[in-house]
Amino acid sequence: MNRKVIIIGSGPAGLTAALYTARANLNPLVFEGNQPGGQLTITTDVENYPGFPEGIMGPELMEKFRTQAIRFGAECHFKHVTKVDFNARPFKVWVGDDMFTSDSIIIATGASAKMLGLESEKELMGYGVSACATCDGFFFKDKKVLIVGGGDSAMEEANYLTKFASEVKIVHRRDEFRASKIMIDRVMNNDKISVIWNSSIKEILGSKEKGVHAVILEDSQSKNTIEENCDGVFMAIGHKPNTDLFVDILDFDSAGYLITTKGSTATNIEGVYACGDVQDHVYRQAVTAAGSGCMSAIDAERYLENN
Amino acid sequence: MSENVKEFTSDNFSAEVIESDTPVLVDFWAEWCGPCRVIAPVVDEIATEYLQKVKVGKLNVDNHNQVASQYGVRSIPALLIFKNGAVANQIVGAVPKNKITEILDSVI
Repeated sequence: MNRKVIIIGSGPAGLTAALYTARANLNPLVFEGNQPGGQLTITTDVENYPGFPEGIMGPELMEKFRTQAIRFGAECHFKHVTKVDFNARPFKVWVGDDMFTSDSIIIATGASAKMLGLESEKELMGYGVSACATCDGFFFKDKKVLIVGGGDSAMEEANYLTKFASEVKIVHRRDEFRASKIMIDRVMNNDKISVIWNSSIKEILGSKEKGVHAVILEDSQSKNTIEENCDGVFMAIGHKPNTDLFVDILDFDSAGYLITTKGSTATNIEGVYACGDVQDHVYRQAVTAAGSGCMSAIDAERYLENN
Repeated sequence: MSENVKEFTSDNFSAEVIESDTPVLVDFWAEWCGPCRVIAPVVDEIATEYLQKVKVGKLNVDNHNQVASQYGVRSIPALLIFKNGAVANQIVGAVPKNKITEILDSVI
């Protein structure tokens, strides 16, 4: 069955697009991807989403988004899109061998945590290497952990990890943090946290059976390496947009984000819209993602009316 | 939660999982874990579809942390597949259902 709208992604942008297109009777099909609910599902308290004066847990907020979209007829599937073809109309979207067609597409694939790119990091992901302190911090009670990064999220996660870990060391490749002053102050005033400046991780040592036991650190100036013992390594080195599906199909900016026309969510292909973090490296907030999801829905609705 | 999904604890783990005649899928989870909520309905479905073939249950890591640490669980959701009392395979993180069934099929 050919669809009017297929939405790829299920964070605040994708589910707001789903809500609006569902209310416009466009019967949207949402492919939720590998992380239904998006990045908010790996956070705890969300204190800056308007309408929740007491704050709300990230996963709970996303459940509400989803329930609201479904209430008006959005169909949400826990499936990951593996290929797209926007050359001919209707547009084609594949989940493995299953093909779906649609008159319009809304891309809301968001962003994922950046990794260092080491083999050992990939191998030990979930076995002592983590990109989510709020998910995995619990397993490092009274252990020593490292956190890699120098921005607000690294500071926030370092603080959070001190709830469990006995010792937290921040590994940062420069000699100063780019985080906001209030976050740096919190870290500097926390007795359990210390900083290893001008250093980066070259190798993570451990096994799936026994977890992580140390890392090899390289000094960015002298290039000397040392072994630093630890039980876990948490990455907080920023995010990258999830755009692998659209290489050679859509236009990207130099940082790898999808380009949309100013004041709209239109991509370089008419009928294909992008919203949320996949096209926004400036604001990256739940509420701005939701706002742009609404814009995409309205853009798609107008396109469908006129074509 | 489906009635086909059992609740494993540190008290019944040995009898229900280690000494089980059929393979067992154990879902290590916690209330505060967002991705665990995502995978819960998938685990429910698998419990029904693999009824008689695979025993499926959940273990709350907050309440039974010693079992989690015994098996080196450092990230959840973690799905450990036990066969003849030993871990035959494991899946860390919320992954789509076909990935889980693929690995499950290769083990049983």
